[in-house]
Amino acid sequence: MTFSGAVSVAGVYEHPTRWSPDKTEFQIMAESAKGALDDAGLTIADVDALFAASMTMGAMGIVELAEYLDLKPTYLDGTNIGGSSFVAHVSHAAAAIHAGMCEVALVLYGSTAASSATAIGTGMGGERRDPGASFTSPFGMTTVGSYALVAQLHQQRFGTTSEQLAEIAVTMRHHASLNPMAKMRLPITVDDVLASRVISEPLHLLDCCIISDGGGAVVVTSTERARDLPKTPVLLLGCGESVAHQEIGAPDLLTTAARQSAPRAFSMAGVSHDDVDLCMVYDSFTITVLATLENLGFCAIGEGGAFVGDGRIRLGGALPVNPDGGGLSSNHPGMRGIFLVIEAARQLRGECGPRQVDGAEIACVHGTGGTLGVAHSGATLILGADR
Amino acid sequence: MTDMTHPLPYASWETRGWWEGCGRNEIVLQRCRSCGTVQHKPRALCAKCLTDTLEHFVGSGRGTVHTFTVTHQNLVPPFRDHLPYVLAYVELDEGPRVLTNIVGCDPTAVHIGQEVVADYATSERDDGEAFAVPRFRPA
Repeated sequence: MTFSGAVSVAGVYEHPTRWSPDKTEFQIMAESAKGALDDAGLTIADVDALFAASMTMGAMGIVELAEYLDLKPTYLDGTNIGGSSFVAHVSHAAAAIHAGMCEVALVLYGSTAASSATAIGTGMGGERRDPGASFTSPFGMTTVGSYALVAQLHQQRFGTTSEQLAEIAVTMRHHASLNPMAKMRLPITVDDVLASRVISEPLHLLDCCIISDGGGAVVVTSTERARDLPKTPVLLLGCGESVAHQEIGAPDLLTTAARQSAPRAFSMAGVSHDDVDLCMVYDSFTITVLATLENLGFCAIGEGGAFVGDGRIRLGGALPVNPDGGGLSSNHPGMRGIFLVIEAARQLRGECGPRQVDGAEIACVHGTGGTLGVAHSGATLILGADR
Repeated sequence: MTDMTHPLPYASWETRGWWEGCGRNEIVLQRCRSCGTVQHKPRALCAKCLTDTLEHFVGSGRGTVHTFTVTHQNLVPPFRDHLPYVLAYVELDEGPRVLTNIVGCDPTAVHIGQEVVADYATSERDDGEAFAVPRFRPA
């Protein structure tokens, strides 16, 4: 009925760079492609489907990337729904593979956001000669501000505290301290977060993700083929996508896209929340993690503040979140969705050393793209180890 | 904040009813005569039933603060020179939510649920038309 389990992640690669003024986006993508294909035991000659998006690729960027890689794929998908794009690419690739339209899909991301001084958080909201943008641009909305609108509402309605949000940043930093590739590895405390300067109330500097360079790649193929390859296949058990916005009759900002995408993914996978061993959640800001865990259904709306306390989302807790350190501490090259898939796959293969989630068999991945407080996309995957 | 010259809005023919209303210091909304939906942002068709039986009407200009954030960092002009300022969603009495600024009070006095009224910042465009940006202030 569905393609649950029929398609797998066969190879992954996280580019180790966090600062590459000497590299281009396409170069980082190509280096990542080599890494993921090596991991999968395949070569570029096996690739017949290409998926990518980036901060700077234009309307025909996917064609330019195919040219750069000297590929003539039978299936092309340059979907750009923000930072969640790569999570969606994996499910799009799975559907295409299951439908027989291609066999080996390469999902790519690369960015020099940090070394090219792209001020994503508070430097992208000036005048725009665009009628659609004119409902936001005159008012000075920043990326941080959009998420702060959600945090303020959550705090007011449910009594969620800045200390509870800070606990998320502290947890991500602890995880990053166990990840040799992470950009920010020095442990921080709740007091450190609260003492960092306020960017947009109630979010402090340390409630916000870092900006780095970086990239990665994911190889997707049929589970049948993946079982003949060197690494343990990571099965795509379930997937879902959605959009949330503030238009006519929309529920308020505390209902995010995950509310719609997660039930589809869980239902397709045939697993319950209790079966999930770890979550990879897009952590652009601390509030993103809290709101996403609520809307994925791990706790009720409003209970996120208590849920993330007591070490529950820390390695060793009941639901470890982002054991790589996430965008808050490991890397955030503008669009982070691909790293959610990469770390989930590596955790399910048991390759993560000191940051390994013991006995990880089921991972829930959720990417958020766009701005949480205005309009955003969501893409959910349920991945499982093929044992 | 009150003396900020906002970036100019740009209207398409679909959205000019809203912006021309702002120029007259009115909040102009669309209502579908077929299904009754009040919609914002303005469109050529009703987003609920896809008919073009829309009428414009002048709203009350009143609403409540749905949520807000006091912005302390924005690197781009003109906002970088007017920190801190309040970015907010105001839920209009007619239903739609609009992204806006809260002016006319200290940022620390803004709160969720606060009743507000429209407050227009008017600026001249180089084509001579008056354009106004709708902010809100405490009622």
